[in-house]
Amino acid sequence: MSEIHAQTVPFVRETMLPPSAPPRSEAGAVRWLRDNLFSGPMNIALTVLGLMILYVVFQAVLPWLLHSVWNATSLGECREIVARTWGPDASGACWAMIRERWPQYLFGFYPADLYWRPTLAFALLFVALAPVLFSGVPRPLLWFSAVYPMLAFWLLWGGSVWWWVMVIAGLALTYAVFRLAVLRLGAIVAGTLAVVLLAAWSVYAVAPLSGRLDQVIPAAITPVASDRFGGFLLSITIGVTAIGGSLPLGILLALGRRSDMPLVKSLAVGFIEVVRGVPLITVLFTASLLLQYFLPPRVQFDIILRVIIMATLFAAAYIAEVIRGGLAALPRGQYEAADSLGMDYWQAQRLIIMPQALKISIPGIVSSFIGLFKDTTLVAFVALNDPLKGITQIVRSDINWKGIYWEPYVFVGAIFFLICFGMSRYSMYLERRLKRDHR
Amino acid sequence: MSEGTQRRIDRSQMRVSDEIAIQITAMNKWYGNFHVLRDIDLTVHKGERIVVCGPSGSGKSTLIRCINRLEEHQQGRIVVDGTELTSDLKNIDKVRSDVGMVFQHFNLFPHLTILENCTLAPIWVRKVPKKEAEDTAMHFLRKVRIPEQAHKYPGQLSGGQQQRVAIARSLCMKPRIMLFDEPTSALDPEMIKEVLDTMIELAQEGMTMICVTHEMGFAQAVANRVVFMDQGQIVEQNSPQEFFNHPKSERTKLFLSQILGH
Ligand SMILES: Nc1ncnc2c1ncn2[C@@H]1O[C@H](COP(=O)(O)OP(=O)(O)OP(=O)(O)O)[C@@H](O)[C@H]1O
Ligand SMILES: [Mg+2]
Repeated sequence: MSEIHAQTVPFVRETMLPPSAPPRSEAGAVRWLRDNLFSGPMNIALTVLGLMILYVVFQAVLPWLLHSVWNATSLGECREIVARTWGPDASGACWAMIRERWPQYLFGFYPADLYWRPTLAFALLFVALAPVLFSGVPRPLLWFSAVYPMLAFWLLWGGSVWWWVMVIAGLALTYAVFRLAVLRLGAIVAGTLAVVLLAAWSVYAVAPLSGRLDQVIPAAITPVASDRFGGFLLSITIGVTAIGGSLPLGILLALGRRSDMPLVKSLAVGFIEVVRGVPLITVLFTASLLLQYFLPPRVQFDIILRVIIMATLFAAAYIAEVIRGGLAALPRGQYEAADSLGMDYWQAQRLIIMPQALKISIPGIVSSFIGLFKDTTLVAFVALNDPLKGITQIVRSDINWKGIYWEPYVFVGAIFFLICFGMSRYSMYLERRLKRDHR
Repeated sequence: MSEGTQRRIDRSQMRVSDEIAIQITAMNKWYGNFHVLRDIDLTVHKGERIVVCGPSGSGKSTLIRCINRLEEHQQGRIVVDGTELTSDLKNIDKVRSDVGMVFQHFNLFPHLTILENCTLAPIWVRKVPKKEAEDTAMHFLRKVRIPEQAHKYPGQLSGGQQQRVAIARSLCMKPRIMLFDEPTSALDPEMIKEVLDTMIELAQEGMTMICVTHEMGFAQAVANRVVFMDQGQIVEQNSPQEFFNHPKSERTKLFLSQILGH
């Protein structure tokens, strides 16, 4: 049928066309190369330049990696082995140091016969995280997640289990009192009452009661002091606790910043702006030096606990801002719909606003987490043995490993990368899953 | 419901009782210095269907949003179902859970399924058991004729379907009064009818309704009073017949001539 004919004659389609496959274009590697690497003079130049840079980097790094030595007792021995096998001018990585100092990188000066405790705590961390991170895991496991922080702290620092049982009892008691009081007295009075009760319980009840119980049924494990902690044990303890604490705190700060109540709002704004305006190192120094001045002289406030609190507050300020962005992206209609259905403020936040705002903020929140985790290495500045600087310095002050330079940093960097990359991939998985759920 | 039957709507159920559902007296509202609502007096009886119309910016939305306190009024009284709206949060929550509201842009919760949208407030606000809330939700979803969509998300539905879900969501709270703020003006023409049909059914069951709309066919079919607003004031209110056939004020005549497109 000619073109003109087709257009001039009135036309009615009688049979519908079945769908057919798209035309086969030239596919394969050659086409991909041409499209992506050699499509024009500029592109060709950039490709060549890129290849040259890659060549220079690999030429420098590959031999060093290929000449790695895994079995030696000192840096001198390493060099000897490299020279013997690959010639006098060759260079090679000396991973033997890592082999020897591996436990120290993991645990710092934690007593060697108690390594099983942090290891167990670490393994249980995944059990506790599973129901929080993935939707297919049985829900009752969340109860374990709730108890896990205390179990982990007990395993790490040791001491009497009764102490933690008393802490849990205090939390449960506070919650029960709050639930009873909130019906009669309203949220503000009940909340104040709960806070006062919790404070009084922790100061006056926990230590004596757990001491008494310990005499009746002894249930203590060897205590380990905070200055024994180091390496990745320290980083992960601080990182995980601060991450877990900074999200709820960040949510509260973000809500505070958008509150109608002037006092709440200005407190939240003031906190966020001050904390964001100060370098983390300053905050850590404050934790290690200044806090001691403000506390009563005989109160010994554990240094790791102080650092955790400061890192949590620090990260919370950033996360609050990220979440505020998510909140601002929600249309006003969502609040109005929740209001018009008679939901109160907290119901609306919990059921309608936060699920959506947090979903929008996932990439930013995970970035903050990653930053926080890497920042745990800064505790080196308050004399804690972080893996990057603290432990490496200790290793290098050993006469056998004096002068070793690249290997510890490459090694510690690689482990940090693995953990942070894992977090990043999880955030992408979560975004994908939520997108699938909500469309 | 076809075009022909729309004029023969069964009004037998649409009785108006003497009981007062909403009483607004000498109400004034300002946005900053801008006097949006001026001296509003309006009494709505149980079972009445009121259509509010008027030019853009005349304060129609603001008026009905004051009735469930999405906006706060500064002067005068608003009494809804015997409860006066003051800054007392208890009263506000009570009024809000008894008054349903349907918005121009639906405002469904995009992260919840249709069913969850409908059961959320009954479960958390009314403390209805989940199973019972789901049964109620399915009942109302059947009523708005989309039970088969219950497990989809709002983003997967057409505008008209979303608006019907929004109506069902409000009904699940068993409200005594329904407020509609231009429920059809964000919809494509072919979806307007399905939403209006749902609203007409609701009216036939005796629901007290205040509806901001420019659908004059709907006003003629179900309203027993049309309220015309301009510049924050009620300019004229009358039965639909009188309002459309013998408008009294010049503003009303002008408005009608524009909207009916002579
Ligand atoms: N939050 C606000 N702050 C200040 N002015 C407002 C606010 N909301 C509405 N207004 C103003 O109040 C007036 C009435 O608004 P309203 O939304 O009630 O009008 P409307 O009659 O519903 O109009 P439309 O038909 O366009 O929806 C308008 O002039 C509007 O600009
Ligand atoms: Mg409006």
